[in-house]
Amino acid sequence: MRQSIIHWFRFASPQSFYPLAGRLIPWFWAAAALFAIAGLWISFFVAPTDAQQGEGYRIIFVHVPASWMSMFIYMVMAFWAGLGLALNTRVSAMMAQALAPTGALMAALSLWTGALWGKPMWGAWWVWDARLTSELILLFLFLGFMALQAAIDDPRRADKAGAILALVGVVNIPIIYFSVKWWNTLHQGSTINLNKAPSMAQTMLWGMLLMALAFWMYSIAIALVRVRAIILERERHTEWVKHAVE
Amino acid sequence: MSAFLATVKRDLLLALRRKSEVLTAVFFFVIVTSLFPLGIGPEAVLLKKIAPGILWVAALLATLLGLPRLFATDHVDGTLEQMALSPSPLGLLVAGKILAHWLLCGLPLVLLAPILGLQFDLDASALGILTLALLLGTPLLSLIGSIGAALTLGVRGGGVLLALLVLPLYIPALIFGAGAVEAHIAGLDASGHLSLLAAMLALAVFFAPWATTAALRIALE
Repeated sequence: MRQSIIHWFRFASPQSFYPLAGRLIPWFWAAAALFAIAGLWISFFVAPTDAQQGEGYRIIFVHVPASWMSMFIYMVMAFWAGLGLALNTRVSAMMAQALAPTGALMAALSLWTGALWGKPMWGAWWVWDARLTSELILLFLFLGFMALQAAIDDPRRADKAGAILALVGVVNIPIIYFSVKWWNTLHQGSTINLNKAPSMAQTMLWGMLLMALAFWMYSIAIALVRVRAIILERERHTEWVKHAVE
Repeated sequence: MSAFLATVKRDLLLALRRKSEVLTAVFFFVIVTSLFPLGIGPEAVLLKKIAPGILWVAALLATLLGLPRLFATDHVDGTLEQMALSPSPLGLLVAGKILAHWLLCGLPLVLLAPILGLQFDLDASALGILTLALLLGTPLLSLIGSIGAALTLGVRGGGVLLALLVLPLYIPALIFGAGAVEAHIAGLDASGHLSLLAAMLALAVFFAPWATTAALRIALE
């Protein structure tokens, strides 16, 4: 038992995590590519045309995984940030910093594809629906986290301040989500109801799940690439980095 | 408790020696709310409909304007470090500073809101609900804002950054605060909204000074 604890904490040091990340990255890229090829093939060629929405519905194969990832990445980011704050492990804070741009990208992608889907289906690029609004607020939270980290020069202080912000954000996300939801039902201007899930063809579901896996693998790979860059930048004064770069 | 009261008293005294700083935020509130009818047009029906939202958004921005002052001057002259070193818990002193901030920046807004609401043709009972909602909501704004103020203490471009951090977190307060008045105008019961505001205030009273203290300790390292 004691042995295994030491083993896990070994990778909390940048020096031992850097090569591990380097070894893992190609695998995650390969998995991302495979899942994406399979997912795109199913979503473009196998999945049937939707009876009501026509071919336009196929954007959900990008839209839904992007929305899932954006929310999930915020949770993971807050987890790493909290861990970094509690245990003072440097790699945890670096992971949080590396995840933020990907999370923001996913939130932006989700909003963008949502707008592209909304125009032909609802006739509007944007409606003040609860889900759209909370996704927009999530994007703001990601941007705030990144802006705060970028504004503080001392990386240790940036990590800790960012961690507190991420944790405050995590506490607030459910409050924001439900307040936006209730606000929306009280105003109820639009007749669109996103909540009733349409019965989905089996192949559509498979396409979506494969695309979600592809997004997962992509997010892990890109976060590891970014965390390697952050490690090199922050540990540039050490001997091992000088050897690693050579 | 005496340390708490002493901090409140000290911050109030300091602010009253420089009245203009406090009054700026209050005038900002008045001016911003007066700009909306000029931009939208003088139709009484439309103005009455959007009044709760306008007054709440203006209150949000006015609170935001006063936030950088919460810790900045104490940080510059070293008072904050002395507070962190003092035998009384820093969280208590921070809570005192937040209360003083609310008395200076939040309470004037609560007292002014009914007068500004008259400009928007709100009737007496709606004005009462508006005041009550602001009375519950503005301390919430000060509490949440104090976390942002502590995080951006001594940071480049702190003021703009503070807005970016804090405004998304203000959204629930805005929704339920403005929603209470809107529900009342629409003939519904506003007590649900007010209860939710009070619940969020209770949560914030407990957690916000704690998070602010943690953020301040990071800034003082």
